[in-house]
Amino acid sequence: MYVYDEYDQRIIEDRVKQYRDQTRRYLAGELSEEEFRPLRLQNGLYVQRYAPMLRVCVPYGLMSSRQLRKMAHIARQYDKGYAHISTRQNVQFNWPALEEVPDILAELAEVQMHAIQTSGNCIRNVTTDQFAGVAPDEVIDPRPWCEIVRQWATFHPEFAYLPRKFKIAINGAQSDRAAIEVHDIGLEPVQNAAGELGFRVLVGGGLGRTPIVGAFINEYLPWQHLLTYLEAILRVYNRYGRRDNKYKARIKILVKALTPAVFAEKVNAEWAHLKDGPSTLTVDEVHRVADHFVDPAYQALQDQSALLAEQQAEHPGFARWMARNVNGHKKPGYAAVTLSLKATGYAPGDITDKQLDAVAELADRFSFGEVRSSHEQNLILADVEQTQLLALWNELRELGFATPNIGLLTDIICCPGGDFCSLANAKSIPVAEAIQRRFDDLDYLFDLGDIDLNISGCMNACGHHHVGHIGILGVDKKGEEFYQVSLGGSASRDASLGQILGPSFAQDDMPDVISKIINVFVEQRHADERFIDTFRRIGMAPFKERVYAANH
Amino acid sequence: MQRIIKDGAVVLDNWHLLDKDTTLDALPNSDNLIVPFKLWAEHAHALKARDGKLGIWLDSDEQAEDIADDLANFQLIALNFPSFADGRNYSNARLLRERFGYTGELRAIGDVLRDQLFFYLRCGFNSFAVRADRDAEDALGSLKDFSEVYQSAVDQPQPLFRRRG
Repeated sequence: MYVYDEYDQRIIEDRVKQYRDQTRRYLAGELSEEEFRPLRLQNGLYVQRYAPMLRVCVPYGLMSSRQLRKMAHIARQYDKGYAHISTRQNVQFNWPALEEVPDILAELAEVQMHAIQTSGNCIRNVTTDQFAGVAPDEVIDPRPWCEIVRQWATFHPEFAYLPRKFKIAINGAQSDRAAIEVHDIGLEPVQNAAGELGFRVLVGGGLGRTPIVGAFINEYLPWQHLLTYLEAILRVYNRYGRRDNKYKARIKILVKALTPAVFAEKVNAEWAHLKDGPSTLTVDEVHRVADHFVDPAYQALQDQSALLAEQQAEHPGFARWMARNVNGHKKPGYAAVTLSLKATGYAPGDITDKQLDAVAELADRFSFGEVRSSHEQNLILADVEQTQLLALWNELRELGFATPNIGLLTDIICCPGGDFCSLANAKSIPVAEAIQRRFDDLDYLFDLGDIDLNISGCMNACGHHHVGHIGILGVDKKGEEFYQVSLGGSASRDASLGQILGPSFAQDDMPDVISKIINVFVEQRHADERFIDTFRRIGMAPFKERVYAANH
Repeated sequence: MQRIIKDGAVVLDNWHLLDKDTTLDALPNSDNLIVPFKLWAEHAHALKARDGKLGIWLDSDEQAEDIADDLANFQLIALNFPSFADGRNYSNARLLRERFGYTGELRAIGDVLRDQLFFYLRCGFNSFAVRADRDAEDALGSLKDFSEVYQSAVDQPQPLFRRRG
């Protein structure tokens, strides 16, 4: 992974000093609430329902075991003993004291971490595929490009006060596990006829109040021009994005208003001035950064199909876990393992200090000391030897990470919701738990296959409900919490936005509603069809009929 | 006279900033005036004939391109931040410096607070009319909030990746 040099280190240490002084001035009354707010937000500090929430940046979801141990320490020392993996691959602490945040930042800086631009109207954490660098279907390793964009975006002086937040995702594989089509900017690699690397550039996707699948405005941007082109997009947005209404301020609204073609023209006109300027990337720089992401010391191994088959026959639980939580690897004899943070009875994405320490230990022993976080709020050990899988599974079971439900109905993406977040209209965690309890039969869950169920407690859509095959949105009706259900969303390459099923439901009804939807699916399904494919084939009507018929 | 920051020091300001709705007949002849864009757009000829120095200011919804051909007429250009959270004039500043080659005084006016000074400086501002209820001396330190930067901007055209040892 990327390791800071003295320059990178100096920048985050300067930030700690700056933020310490800003906090001091705020507490001394020299900075008003309103003036301090954007400053603390650009450092990831929200003021929440019960306490501040600090969002620590995990650049493109990659952490070392040392950094993970620091997370455990912060959870113990400054919080109530746990942390939360967010849907942007970051780590959140729900109970730090505002006065102690500068100390937390100083601790983070010791392990090359920070909370810079994890909130606020600026360029946020660049995200990517949790299997970057190890995926069998990878075209390029997206991580060096993520890091190059991260450095460009960090304290970019022109784009610190954009109309609204700005999210960039980079995919490097054939499948899109980074959901690039629902980002403000999505990038993916493409080669020209001469085999030279470039990027396809998408703009104007996003969830939130007005969910939109973005549009590709450039089919081949040579890699050298990545930063100047991004700068052109951001400049057009900074100058012309709406600032009169925060609900219409995202770039997607500007792109839609102008049309993607006209927006692209404006970007090209701006880019004509910036192209070939000093921000043009060099081979040296790309190599310098890419050298941090070379393969770890893999052994020359063989795939262990026979051994694994034998072990699976002996341990049905291991077989189930292999089927759901273990992914293929580009190197023979290795596998990528997902640790499920979706055990029933625990808030999705939550992890205790002890568990964080334990994962760090496992990373050191099984996976070259590295861990990834996914936007589905799980953790990944990406480089596990296949001969070690059974041993790892046994340890994960003891730690509560072996729930074999990755990609299944109970692997729910869920925001913190009304239990923590002051923006939320409704709670989301209890709804997730009630659904997990209803669907507690593993065999049945396995039969249902891949289903993305996503829950957001409000329109801001942190739980990505629009792109859940089944989406649940908390809404406020005259002071009471209700839940609106949508079907047919997808964040994959075939991205689509869910359609609303109909009138919303009370919290207690939600497990029944989901059961009815699943029953329709089971009855209508062809062979092993996925839920999303059945939905696309039969449409909304049968689901609607079943769910609402029962209400009369 | 207001105390402002100019070229890294606190100085007394000798410019007179005019409101957006100022009319031509209300102008004194000899003062150093910073006129709103609209007044310039309508009365450039008359403004050029005055004795005092001439400056212009753009609001955050006005565009640098609209004065690009007139830069030689101004001894000062001010860019307004109606709120410090309105970042449009960061782009105008860079355009004036980097695209249109403006080399005179470029001043941040409006809701100008110390925590944004470093970004202003990087985008090409060299003077800062810190909000009247704040102390300009206190604010000076924020010009040095960071000792290193990643990107190309006006103060440092070479991005860090071209300068790393």
